[in-house]
Amino acid sequence: MSVFIDSDTRLLIQGITGRDGSFHARQMIEYGTKVVGGVTPGKGGQKFEDSVPIFNTVAGAVRETEANATVIYVPPPFAADAMMEAADAGVSFIVCITEGVPVLDMTRVYPFVKERGSRLLGPNCPGLISPGQSKVGIIPGRICTPGPVGLVSRSGTLTYEVVYQMTRANIGQTTCVGIGGDPINGTNFIDCLDAFEKDSATQAVVMIGEIGGTDEQEAARFVKEKMTKPVVGFIAGQTAPPGRRMGHAGAIISGSAGTAAEKMQAFEENGVGVAKRPIDVVELLKRAMR
Amino acid sequence: MNIHEYQAKEIFRKYGIPIPPGEVATTAEEAEKIARKFDTTVVVKAQVHAGGRGKAGGVKLAQTAQEAKAVAAQILKLSIKGLPVQKILVTPAAEIASEAYVGIIVDRASKRAVFMASAAGGIDIEEVAAKTPEKILRHPVDPRYGLQAFEAMQLAFFLYSDVKQVRAAAKILQQLYKAFAENGGSLAEINPLVTTPAGDVVALDAKMVIDDNELDRRPDIAALRDESAEAPSEVEARKANLTFIKLDGNVGCVVNGAGLAMATMDLVKYYGGDPANFLDIGGSSNPEKVVSALRIITSDPNVKTILFNIFGGITRTDDVANGIVTAIKQNPLKVPLVIRLTGTNEELALKILKDNGMSAMTDMDEAVKKAVALATGGKAA
Repeated sequence: MSVFIDSDTRLLIQGITGRDGSFHARQMIEYGTKVVGGVTPGKGGQKFEDSVPIFNTVAGAVRETEANATVIYVPPPFAADAMMEAADAGVSFIVCITEGVPVLDMTRVYPFVKERGSRLLGPNCPGLISPGQSKVGIIPGRICTPGPVGLVSRSGTLTYEVVYQMTRANIGQTTCVGIGGDPINGTNFIDCLDAFEKDSATQAVVMIGEIGGTDEQEAARFVKEKMTKPVVGFIAGQTAPPGRRMGHAGAIISGSAGTAAEKMQAFEENGVGVAKRPIDVVELLKRAMR
Repeated sequence: MNIHEYQAKEIFRKYGIPIPPGEVATTAEEAEKIARKFDTTVVVKAQVHAGGRGKAGGVKLAQTAQEAKAVAAQILKLSIKGLPVQKILVTPAAEIASEAYVGIIVDRASKRAVFMASAAGGIDIEEVAAKTPEKILRHPVDPRYGLQAFEAMQLAFFLYSDVKQVRAAAKILQQLYKAFAENGGSLAEINPLVTTPAGDVVALDAKMVIDDNELDRRPDIAALRDESAEAPSEVEARKANLTFIKLDGNVGCVVNGAGLAMATMDLVKYYGGDPANFLDIGGSSNPEKVVSALRIITSDPNVKTILFNIFGGITRTDDVANGIVTAIKQNPLKVPLVIRLTGTNEELALKILKDNGMSAMTDMDEAVKKAVALATGGKAA
C-alpha cells in the first residue's frame, strides 16, 4: 500500500512536449508509472515518443484515457489555468511542479479545485513517489526503495538527502510526498499525516519542515491528538538569520515568527522525535520502529 | 520585492487614498529646498528596505528648512539593519488626533488575502497584536469578489465611531485592497492611518511588498526596483539567478535547493563552524551559475574555505563540476575547496574533477566536518 498514488494510478502529463515535461515524462515512464496521455493545446492527435497519445484539452484526455491523476509542467503564467482545467475535467489528483506561480493566482485556484472535489499537490513541489509502484514528478527514483516509512516534506533536495540516507540504512518508504514551499499549496502536512495514519503499510512517518509559518506547529498538534504511529521530524533553518522584514502584517497574522526553535519545541511538546541533523532521522526511525 | 515608502505612496495616491504631499531627496541641500517649499514643519524619513526605521533614528521632525538640512544630513549618514540610507522623503508634518493600523497580507492558514485593522496603530502594533489580540480585527477577502462595501464598513466601524470617519476609512480600505490586488502585492500596509484634529482620515505611511512571481507580467512594477538600496552581492546574485544572503561566518556555502542550503548551514554550525552565506544555485544549474556563485563568495574577504553541497536531482552534478573547473581556471582560488556531490551523473562529475586534479566526497556530514576543520584551522569538529 501507499498514499495518493500506486500501481493503478493512470497519469496525464500537462505540458508533455515542453523541455521539462518531456524529460520527466521519459523518467516517469522508465520508472514504471502508467502514463496514459499528455496534454498540449494544438498538438492533439500526435504521439509522444511514438507511444503516449497527446490531447488538446484535459477534458478530452480524461474522456479517452480514464486518467485519474495529472502532473503539470507548464510555465508559471499558465499554471493556474492548467490546475483549474484539470479540476474542472474531474481529475481527482493534481500535481503541479511549476515554480513561480503568483500567490494571488493561488488564492483563486485553491477554492476552485476544492469545490470540484480534487486534491492538489503543490505548486512548486517535487511531486511524490511510491517506490516500486509509481512516481509522479521529479523525485529521483533510484534513491528510493520500498518499505514501511512515509515521508512528507516542504523541501526538494533536502528530501532527497533524507530519503537517500534512509535508503542507505535499509529503511524503505511507502510514499515520499513533497508538498512544496509556496505560501498557498493544495496539500499540507496534516493532509499527508492523516493519509499515512490511514495507510496500513505505513508504520512510521518522517516530517521535514522549514522556518516560516506555523504549519509544522499545527502538524505537531495533529500528531499528538490524532495519530497512533510514530513521527520524527527535522526543521531546516536553525541558523537562518532573522530577515530584514518589512511591515508588521506577517507577525500579526500568524502570531509567530516561525523560527526553527519554535517548531522544534512544538515537535518535542507533541511527541514528535526531533532530529538535529538529517542523518539523525535514521537513528530516530530505528528506535521508533523497534 | 520591497519597494520604498515613497513608491508605495505613489501607487496608493493613484487609487485615491488621501496622502500628504512629499518629495524625495538624496542630499541635505535638496532636503532643505523641499522643506523651504513646504514652508511648514516637515518630517524627514529614511527610505530603506528595513523595518524599525523610527526606532533606529531614521524618522525626524524639523521645524525649519535649516533644521531639515541638518536632520537630513544625519539620516543620510545612517545605516539601518546594514543598509545605508541613500534617499529620504521630506513631507509636511500632520497634526494627529488618533493612530490606527490597517494592512493586508496573503495568509497561509486561510489561503486568502486577509485584512487586519486596529485602532491601536503606530510603532508598537506588533506588541499590541501579541499582548491584546482582541484589539485586532482580521477579515479574509474572497478573491472572486474583492472587498465589498459592507465588509469595508465592518472593518471601519472597528476603527472609528464617527460615521463620517467610518465612511472615509471604508473607502480607503476598498481602494487599498484594489491597489494590493491589481499590483501583485504580497503585503500592503498603512501604519499609521491617522485622524487629524479637523476630522480627516489620512495615510501617513505606506508599505508594499510585491510578490516576486508577479514581476514578469508587471514590467511597470518591476521597474520600481531600487538596486542602490540592496546589498551589491545580492544584486549580482539575483542577476545570475541565484539566491544569496550574506552572513558573518567564514565557511562559504554553495548548495542546490533552499532547504538543503539551510540544512547545510545548520550542519556547519553543528560541527562548530560559522556559515559565511546562504546560497542556492537552484534547480537546473548550468556551469555559468556556478562560476557566478564562486565569484560572489570569493569576493567576501571573511571566507576561509568553500563548501559545495550538491544533491543532483534536476541539477546535473557534471554541470556543477564543469562550472567549478571553469571558474577556477578563470580565477584560481586562494582558499581551500571541499566538494560534496551525489546524484544525477555523479560518475561523470567525479571524472571531470579528477581529470582536473580535484576530488569530491559523497557524504554530507563528512564534507561539512572537513570544511569546518579547514576554516577553523582544526580547532573545531
